[in-house]
Amino acid sequence: MSEATVQRRLVPDRLDQPLWRRLMCWETLLAAIALAIFAINSVASPYFLDPWSLSDLTFTFTEKGLIALAMALLFISGEFDLSVAAIMALASTLMGMAAQAGASTPLLVVVGVAVGLLCGAGNGLLVAYFRLPSIVGTVGTMSLFRGVAFIILGDQADGKYPADLAFFGQGYVWRAISFELVLFVVAAIVYGFVLHCTTFGRRIFVIGANPEAAVYSGVRVARIKFQLFCLTGLMSGLAAVLITSRLGSTRPSIAQGYELDVITMVVLGGVSIEGGAGSIPGVVLAACIMGLVTFGLGLLNVPTIVMSIVIGALLIAIIALPPLWRKLRRERFG
Amino acid sequence: MKRLVKLREIWLVLANVALLLLIALRFPGFVKPANLAQVFNDSSLLIILTLGQMTVIVSRSLDLSIASNLCFSGMAIAMLNAAHPHISVGVLIVLALGIGLALGALNGLLIWLCEVPPIVVTLGTLSIFRGATYVLSGGAWVNADQMSPSFIAFQRMVVLGLPVLSWIAIVAIGLFAILMRWMPFGRSVYAAGVNPTAAVYTGIDVGRTKFFVFCISGAVAGLVGYLWVARYVIASVEIASGYELTVIAACLVGGVSIAGGVGSVAGAVLGALFLGIIADALPVINVSPFWQMAISGVAIIVAVALNLRGERRPGRIILKPTETA
Repeated sequence: MSEATVQRRLVPDRLDQPLWRRLMCWETLLAAIALAIFAINSVASPYFLDPWSLSDLTFTFTEKGLIALAMALLFISGEFDLSVAAIMALASTLMGMAAQAGASTPLLVVVGVAVGLLCGAGNGLLVAYFRLPSIVGTVGTMSLFRGVAFIILGDQADGKYPADLAFFGQGYVWRAISFELVLFVVAAIVYGFVLHCTTFGRRIFVIGANPEAAVYSGVRVARIKFQLFCLTGLMSGLAAVLITSRLGSTRPSIAQGYELDVITMVVLGGVSIEGGAGSIPGVVLAACIMGLVTFGLGLLNVPTIVMSIVIGALLIAIIALPPLWRKLRRERFG
Repeated sequence: MKRLVKLREIWLVLANVALLLLIALRFPGFVKPANLAQVFNDSSLLIILTLGQMTVIVSRSLDLSIASNLCFSGMAIAMLNAAHPHISVGVLIVLALGIGLALGALNGLLIWLCEVPPIVVTLGTLSIFRGATYVLSGGAWVNADQMSPSFIAFQRMVVLGLPVLSWIAIVAIGLFAILMRWMPFGRSVYAAGVNPTAAVYTGIDVGRTKFFVFCISGAVAGLVGYLWVARYVIASVEIASGYELTVIAACLVGGVSIAGGVGSVAGAVLGALFLGIIADALPVINVSPFWQMAISGVAIIVAVALNLRGERRPGRIILKPTETA
């Protein structure tokens, strides 16, 4: 089976399509939009086309993008996780506690990632084994995780981190190429490989497309869903390490509202909200588009909250256009 | 089936009473009638919003944009009041309802005509409405001294022993009970939620039903926009930020099923009261308000897990793991 059959489940025989036809897909559209926004940005601001500007640009999406990669897998399997930003807050808070107790940098990283993994496992337990609808279970854990962060920190902030922790969020691997960007690219390649080239990836698609058929074909649906929630938690923990290192301080309200940005990225990337369809290249392109839009508007001194109008409209427009287009075509050709 | 539904509301009443008793053990003053009326008044905003959201969830949708809608409507009304203090409160309330309705209708149209999943539409308008509030106000606040006295005083006016705010909540509960229980529209909302395909065959336009449901939810958010601004005497871009999740939590605690088709007005009100009592009790029993978030999180998970156990029908799982051997 090729990738194309997965994206258009209704048309099973698209194996021998001409190249131009195969290029007419969601990812191409996203790439075109990304290029267009890149071009507009270059014209609109003289400061945009500079290696260090572009490097700063990548910081706007790497942390959210890392979570979006795992979230895409979760979406494809037909589930949902609203608690990712709350996991980040809790992981960062516990990293702060560990730092106060005098933990070294490697230990802090382990704490952040492990907390993320545990929180994800908690979500997985609720959804996969206790069968709570994922949107409900993760709305609950979202309040719970961030609530615990608030209980621990109250209105305080933690800022006593060892100096070498700063490398993860502020360090550069080579010239203007940051550690965060390298991590994101590596993670994207790994996730792309897992989703599109392994049996595990195929099973995720099967679960999303038809959970009952998946059970009959011997796929352990609950276990894979549990693993995917763990993975999403792990990536949130990783993102927490990065954001803590980048900001150098922790407040319980850290990463507030990130879950919506992550979900926007995933949906924009062409991943079906009902499950069963989507691709990692799409998500990566969507992450780039979000970064380009926010950073470009930022260079033009547009306030963040006004950018959110653009992002919101972009989300609705991109999801609304394809069905509308299909509807119009159907009406025209009967 | 009817008995089962009845049972759930009884359990919710018991949960509320148990909660009150638990608090009364240490602070008997909390359950005095005057204080209970105060708790109801404090919960009124949440109750009204929960009623609107319940209607949406029953139709198998989700409205994430209500808090932003509330923020926009509240800001618009407050600015109008600050600029033209002579406009009467009645007109302003109608305007608030109208603005909220228009924003809700925008959600509804996108869902009905463009067939975008409700969660995507309202996720988008969640950002858009709040951003629009910023554009409208330029980031400025409307403070108490800019609002006219009658604008603030109206919802606090005591009529027959209760503030107007409480009365509005009571009227809303009554209206929603009539709408959902005895009006054809309310029944079609349930039908669209339980089984959309079957609803189409019985002649219900599911898309149009959802459109009106989002109009209702929007109008409710608009009304609460006025009430919120008048109650907390401040209008800013930040008000009610994240409140949509509290409202959804109240629905879930109240036994409204996220899968659609299940939920009642009584349940929604009791769910909102449960969270309202917790919010009011925490400062009294000397627990830091920072605990509130974690507690409501646990309440959601427990409530939904309990509801789910009651709902699960036997024979749903076709292939048991033991049969594979």
